[in-house]
Amino acid sequence: MPASPRTLLDKIWDDHLVCSPEGEQPLIYIDRHLVHEVTSPQAFEGLRVAGRQVRRPEATFATPDHNIPTTDRRLPIADPISKQQIDTLRANCREFGIRLFDLGDADQGIVHVIGPELGITQPGMTIVCGDSHTATHGALGALAFGIGTSEVEHVLATQTLRQSKPKSFEVRVDGELHPGVTAKDLVLYIIGRLSTEGGTGYVIEYTGPCIRRLGMEERMTVCNMSIEAGARAGMIAPDQTTFDYLRGRDLVPKDFDRAVARWATLPSDPGARYDRVEVFSGGDVVPQVTWGTNPAQVIGVDAKVPDPTAMADASDRSSAARALEYMGLESGTPIAAIPIDRVFIGSCTNSRIEDLRAAARVVRGHSVASRVRAMVVPGSGRVKRQAEAEGLDRVFTDAGFEWREAGCSMCLGMNPDTLAPGERCASTSNRNFEGRQGKGGRTHLVSPAMAAAAAVAGHFTDIRQWRYH
Amino acid sequence: MQPFVNFTGVVAPLDRANVDTDQIIPKQFLKRIERTGFGQFLFFDWRYLADGSLDPAFELNQPIRQGASILLARRNFGCGSSREHAPWALSDYGFRVVIAPTFADIFFNNCFQNGMLPVKFDEGDVDELFRRASAAESAGKPYRLSVDLVACEVRDDAGFSRSFAVDPFRRTCLLEGLDNIGLSLRHVDRIAAWESAHGIAAVTGK
Ligand code: SF4
Repeated sequence: MPASPRTLLDKIWDDHLVCSPEGEQPLIYIDRHLVHEVTSPQAFEGLRVAGRQVRRPEATFATPDHNIPTTDRRLPIADPISKQQIDTLRANCREFGIRLFDLGDADQGIVHVIGPELGITQPGMTIVCGDSHTATHGALGALAFGIGTSEVEHVLATQTLRQSKPKSFEVRVDGELHPGVTAKDLVLYIIGRLSTEGGTGYVIEYTGPCIRRLGMEERMTVCNMSIEAGARAGMIAPDQTTFDYLRGRDLVPKDFDRAVARWATLPSDPGARYDRVEVFSGGDVVPQVTWGTNPAQVIGVDAKVPDPTAMADASDRSSAARALEYMGLESGTPIAAIPIDRVFIGSCTNSRIEDLRAAARVVRGHSVASRVRAMVVPGSGRVKRQAEAEGLDRVFTDAGFEWREAGCSMCLGMNPDTLAPGERCASTSNRNFEGRQGKGGRTHLVSPAMAAAAAVAGHFTDIRQWRYH
Repeated sequence: MQPFVNFTGVVAPLDRANVDTDQIIPKQFLKRIERTGFGQFLFFDWRYLADGSLDPAFELNQPIRQGASILLARRNFGCGSSREHAPWALSDYGFRVVIAPTFADIFFNNCFQNGMLPVKFDEGDVDELFRRASAAESAGKPYRLSVDLVACEVRDDAGFSRSFAVDPFRRTCLLEGLDNIGLSLRHVDRIAAWESAHGIAAVTGK
């Protein structure tokens, strides 16, 4: 009898199941563990207290990204507590023999940007990190998800995780995206329809012709935001796009062709069953702008700020009313009439070279509106060098953007890059929660092209009508 | 980890959906390298006014809810970032149980790692608890619930009694305060066997 057809998730799960002892949660093996400065110090301290070691330091990679300044790297870090956290990461990596891409290292960057970029991330792997956007790595056909600090300690000590098998959720996208509509718009649109908890308990696999046509970095943008729909992981089956992206990267297997042959067996078998399926059409998506304080509160740029009283669900109504009050918006205002104060192009969602190219194309020959302060923060040292080699930094700085060093920066505002109370920001990041970019700050999530256009126009504007120079 | 023992405690209702971890513990407090001391920063932006004094309008600041150990919340509680600082802050403040219709996955996991019990009830039961809490409080009494992890039941002294589901392994870990890593290391032979079957050289950790 032929084996029953399996999904990509089934295959990775089966391959990594270490044991499933009676009365316990299963243990799954973890291939790659990524570590950053904010969620790891307590885990290393726990190991020291218990006299435990890191089981596989060579499968563990670290970089500081969340808490670091993005200004001149030669200057000392002004905030002593930030500095202590970064020094602690250094000391822990030294003590436990973990490879660190440190501040000032040419390959330092946001952990979810450097993983794929260095070839640390590979198809079929299990990858964890003490960060909820670890789902990004699923774009290469890996099972990747965020974990808490206690679990970080567990993985360091055992190279495994206690995990019950999640349910599978196929999100199929048919058709094609219109010109000017990006992967960011697509994923915001999907979250808007699934709600912030529609994916809870599931791993999403994105399938369909529209997804297949996306480039590798666009796929990362889509998978990155799976957690905003509640799904711990998002994944896309590996294909030629994946293999072409990985070939020649620093840490991929030496016998690359043999690896490709193995990876090519990963995609879901025809007829494989998912616990849930939703189908969308790429052609329905227009450029998106969030209007509220969670990523599912999103609407097309050609629409108006919605009216909470018209919402069917009571809890949606009260959330929306609260959100509009926090955001300082009136229902019925056209989205394109909302003026902005700040623009942030960056974060693990949209700080890769393709994102910067898309934004630069919009900005070229224009300048930032006089009342707007705009910044570009590349996702990694490599992205920054590549952009500079292409002259993109000049395009941005000539237009009046600030050009920064790599890091998370104003995505979460742990470092000095923050919004002032009441400031309104067009941001390419992934969370528009209250206070996320600074207490009282108002965040609107958009694509890099839409953020760039808003910087120039001083308000949101439909990128489909942009005059490119 | 401290074992979880049955207790009766004051309920603090927080009538908001989608409470995210950025609200539970804002990022400016994630720079500490310890696990303790986060309670003072819990719900910081909601709890304190600009001048640093307590905001009398905020739910947890109501005098009748002081000493609360059970947080009653709405759906999708704990969404957003994976920061374990969120359960650290809740637990340091004194919460041992959070009751809500649904939780975000990572937060839900993180609670168990810290001796805290997240309880999922139907939306209707949660509504009922909000009603009972508000009735008790308007009569000038704090609302109290008893949480029984042995029987998997939540009760008040006015006839409310519901059982809840919890993964049996996690329940045992909570009740016995087990060290999760120690438990997993009992399977180290299986881990090593997996590694050798997958061509990974024997343990390389120092
Ligand atoms: S860029 Fe933002 S979302 Fe991504 S890892 Fe950094 S802080 Fe988290």
